[in-house]
Amino acid sequence: MIYQDSTTVLEVRGLRASVNGIEILKGIDLTVRTGEVHAIMGPNGSGKSTFAKVLAGHPAYAVTAGTVSLEGRNLLELAPEARARAGVFLGFQYPIEIPGVANSQFLRLAYNTVQAQRGSDELDPLEFDDFVREKMKLLEMNPDFLDRSVNEGFSGGEKKRNEILQMALLEPRLGILDETDSGLDIDALRVVAGGVNQLAGKDNATVLVTHYQRLLNYIVPDYVHVMDGGRIIKTGGSELALELESRGYDWVSAEYKNAARATA
Amino acid sequence: MSTVLQNLVNQPYQHGFVTDIESDVAPKGLGEDTIRLISAKKKEPGWLLEFRLKAFRQWLTMQEPAWPNVHYPKIDFQAISYYSAPRAKKKLASIDEVDPELLRTFEKLGVPMNERASLAGVAVDVIFDSVSVATTYKAKLAEVGIIFCSISEAVHEHPELVRRYLGTVVPAGDNYYAALNSAVFTDGSFCFIPKGVKCPMDLSTYFRINTQESGQFERTLIVAEQGASVSYLEGCTAPKFDTNQLHAAVVELVALDNADIKYSTVQNWYAGDENGVGGIYNFVTKRGLCKGVNSRISWTQVETGSAITWKYPSCILRGENSVGEFYSVALTNHHQQADTGTKMVHIGRNTRSTIVSKGISAGQSSNSYRGLVRIAPTAAGARNYSKCDSMLIGERCSANTFPYIQVGNQSAQVEHEASTSKIGEDQLFYFAQRGIGAEEAVSMIINGFCKDVFQQLPMEFAVEATKLLGLKLEGSVG
Repeated sequence: MIYQDSTTVLEVRGLRASVNGIEILKGIDLTVRTGEVHAIMGPNGSGKSTFAKVLAGHPAYAVTAGTVSLEGRNLLELAPEARARAGVFLGFQYPIEIPGVANSQFLRLAYNTVQAQRGSDELDPLEFDDFVREKMKLLEMNPDFLDRSVNEGFSGGEKKRNEILQMALLEPRLGILDETDSGLDIDALRVVAGGVNQLAGKDNATVLVTHYQRLLNYIVPDYVHVMDGGRIIKTGGSELALELESRGYDWVSAEYKNAARATA
Repeated sequence: MSTVLQNLVNQPYQHGFVTDIESDVAPKGLGEDTIRLISAKKKEPGWLLEFRLKAFRQWLTMQEPAWPNVHYPKIDFQAISYYSAPRAKKKLASIDEVDPELLRTFEKLGVPMNERASLAGVAVDVIFDSVSVATTYKAKLAEVGIIFCSISEAVHEHPELVRRYLGTVVPAGDNYYAALNSAVFTDGSFCFIPKGVKCPMDLSTYFRINTQESGQFERTLIVAEQGASVSYLEGCTAPKFDTNQLHAAVVELVALDNADIKYSTVQNWYAGDENGVGGIYNFVTKRGLCKGVNSRISWTQVETGSAITWKYPSCILRGENSVGEFYSVALTNHHQQADTGTKMVHIGRNTRSTIVSKGISAGQSSNSYRGLVRIAPTAAGARNYSKCDSMLIGERCSANTFPYIQVGNQSAQVEHEASTSKIGEDQLFYFAQRGIGAEEAVSMIINGFCKDVFQQLPMEFAVEATKLLGLKLEGSVG
């Protein structure tokens, strides 16, 4: 939702990043304000997942130019765990499995780490149990999730619900969801999208990275950005997503190239 | 991120100090005269000297095993001293008379030696270099008929028991290092649980090598009679030296009908420095015989130290319905090499065995699981379940699994599972993205990975093992 009195959450200017010496992001500009939901779409290999990981500080990517700030704070000088504690959340496309570690144990450690950072009270296992069960209702999750090892043997849908559960617990300023719809059947998609909608509020912001328009039937974005070749080449409202669904991505790329030629 | 991992796995060794204590050290070298000297120093009966000499003559004809997946320069057995004992002024009447320097050493190591001060309620036998220096709670255990003392003492006070069982599970000529041990062993623990007695407390042996050029060759013998049960713990440390020291121990367990022996080890011998200089060569033979029906022997080991570990705690399941278990965590770092696993030999009907092995390799280390499951033709209805998991930390270490399965009876069921996983950038990034630093992440991953083994350890030992793995892998993140 676009609000009059919103403040800037994320500000990206001229961001370039490479992996193994190959440049993937070639100058990205993006401003995200409180209350807003942005969708970043684009064909495979356009750099949208890389963009999500670079914002979270994945060590495989080197930032070569540009600035990124979160609520005025330089994000690029923070280690990944410090970015998380500052309020950046990345919902993973492929969440890792941690055999032998109970989900409840992992969730509580993450929760308490972030709580401590915010100067809020940490919860003991019993208090946390009540708290997390409440949050799990939001995602229609079975309580036995808590006793299972983190993501081990989870179905695709269960893994994604677990990601959104973590977002619900950590209450980030900026939630970035990387291909959250991949591997979800229609019921799981509805539940996950419902969770995201409930979490999106006036004081936080959400960035959805997705290849398909499908997710956007459930979560209506305020802005849709098309990425290609490591750049944002078009920005529009939610109607742009529908147009992409019917016409594909090629026309946007062609339009962008023509415009570039015209200015050259 | 690789520097983060590197700092995590580069923790200094905590037990590397040397105790300045006067020792009685035999001249270096090995011959029949050395063995006669050891035997004479210990005032042993003739049968034991014969046992030693027979073993030595066999050893001379044997070859060092070349099959383990470990590499080290040839050991000069003539450059080792085979006897080193803290020099006692007189025979000790009680633990209060132990050299205070020695007591301080064990205090530093966190070993409870003072019976009155000890709240842990664990009876401890302490072996310093080659000699047992103290055994706690002896009198209390004797009340229920349990014998717990050094094996030297047992040779004098219970010769009939020692003679009946010594070498019956690991014969003198069993393998190269067992033969060497049989020839030159200087001390160790002896434990006898009589018929029907459940040992009221955990028994523990603490091994410490102190002298630079001595080898340690201890011998442990545990016998549980019909219906008896005992839980036995073993801990080991050594100072840091830049030369390698040899540790060749033999442990024999005998379980009669319905007896139950649980043997837990936390091994933290000095592993050498980060360049692979120094450290203990840990060449150990441990074997249990489930002699009686329904008997059970369970090995749990947490192996974190030693430059080289060569060790296969095994079970011979002879009694009908007997049970053998092996739970192992082996962690190698830097240039450490481990070739460890177990042998489960099923002879009796309906015998069962479980193997759970967790190997963790970091640095440039090499970690191999080697295990044998043999079902003899007589072992109708035998069952085995094996699970071998390896975890790699970083890019330069290696993990291997060598399972040997020999099935001689059609009615047997044998299952083997194996997996390999890796702690790398993506795992740590996932934790980091939830606000959790690398140190805590690695600790959580490792503890989760080892859970099946840690839950087999007695409570205090489990805490110690968790901490020890932590010390080995955690550290300042930079």
